[in-house]
Amino acid sequence: MRPWLALCLTLLALPLRAETVTVAAAANLKFALEQIATDFEHSSGHKLRLSFGSSGNFATQLSHGAPFELFLSADEAYVLRLRQQGITDNDGVVYAYGRLALVAAKDSPLQLDDNLDGLKQLLTSGQLQRFAIANPELAPYGERARTLLEQKGLWQALQPKLVLGENVSQAAQFALGGSAQGGIVALSLSQAPAFKQRARVLALPLSSHAPLAQRMVLLPGAGRGAQAFYAYLQSEPARSTFADFGFALPEQP
Amino acid sequence: MDWQALTLSVKLALVTLLILLPLATLAARWLAFSRFRGRSMVEALMLVPLVLPPTVVGYYLLVGFGNQSLLGSWLKDWFGLELVFHFSGLVLASVLVNIPFALQPLQRAFEAIPKEVRDAAACCGMPALKIFWRIELPMIVPGLLTALVLCFSHVLGEFGVVLMMGGNIAGETKTVSIAIYDNVQAFNFDAAGIMSLLLLLFAIAALAITTSLSRRLGGQDGDHR
Repeated sequence: MRPWLALCLTLLALPLRAETVTVAAAANLKFALEQIATDFEHSSGHKLRLSFGSSGNFATQLSHGAPFELFLSADEAYVLRLRQQGITDNDGVVYAYGRLALVAAKDSPLQLDDNLDGLKQLLTSGQLQRFAIANPELAPYGERARTLLEQKGLWQALQPKLVLGENVSQAAQFALGGSAQGGIVALSLSQAPAFKQRARVLALPLSSHAPLAQRMVLLPGAGRGAQAFYAYLQSEPARSTFADFGFALPEQP
Repeated sequence: MDWQALTLSVKLALVTLLILLPLATLAARWLAFSRFRGRSMVEALMLVPLVLPPTVVGYYLLVGFGNQSLLGSWLKDWFGLELVFHFSGLVLASVLVNIPFALQPLQRAFEAIPKEVRDAAACCGMPALKIFWRIELPMIVPGLLTALVLCFSHVLGEFGVVLMMGGNIAGETKTVSIAIYDNVQAFNFDAAGIMSLLLLLFAIAALAITTSLSRRLGGQDGDHR
């Protein structure tokens, strides 16, 4: 049994956590934030550990004590709710405004237009099998997509055709998957090269949905690295990357 | 290819086995040899994780051990122990979920030991501990191996529990299954494909090893020479 003991001790001795900044970020930030993070790591020497998921899930996990130092939400509501619960001691700051995009795989029959007429047409002609959005209960981008579809009077008719992603990344992947003809996802995701190769994208006008003010907040116990990254995200290099990925920007303070 | 996630998964599987196998061996022996009222109740209880969806286990761990729960905050205040969103929490979850996978083969192995062999050893004045060490343990090796391979493979594939209470933190709770899921969402089908293929090959290898071992070691009625 000696070798087992040795193995046991070796495993215990492995460091479980290097000193790095843990960041919880909304799924729509995946590509933009990875680029910003690389630049930040080079310029500051801090290491970042990014986790992506739905804002709703992260908010729930944070209220149960998830060990993140910085939370970048896709919507203000989750950050403000954490404040109400007393998890954080400030409201954080808006770092970007998100936009919706109508997307379809290159070989999809869906015509893209601002008014969703193409979608309506495909639906009435019975050619639409599946249409993807993020889960409106969990993900702000899903909630905005639902509101938009309700405004256009498509929500009821679309019900049996909808596939819901657990977060907006998964919705994007569903939208381009074999069985769906399209979807409404975050514009920021559709700007990634991996996405553009496969899809046609139409940025929906800002006026077509309530603004998605994306808010971030530092959590109690955030270290120096997290604070530096928080400041960097509001600086010019980061802002220009956000803009490249289709985000609108808040006024400079 | 996410090596960090793969090593984390392997580490999780090894730690789980180190904790679970000794405990399961003792429990299996007790269940196999002792007759008491309510034994079938205990056996049924041990099978619960087999029929309970992993997400449900994850939910109860999240709510039961989170910062908002009495137990969670008590553990944190007194022992500095945080389970949810930490590796230790995944270990706890894996141990719980894998109880039936370890217990079943071991219990069958103990039950297969002929009573005469143990009686003979006891008659000759062999102390109980020595009987366990020299006679029983060598005879349950096939069961032990089956339990080991089953649990190891099962931990590698765990998803629901980890997603619920892990928080998807790289190097801490991001296991290989979660990494595959993430890569598919990010349109990295190459990385997801490689990792999936690796797990597929591992599963085939694990099955091949278990069947060949149980054929070579099992089947004979305790005639170990």
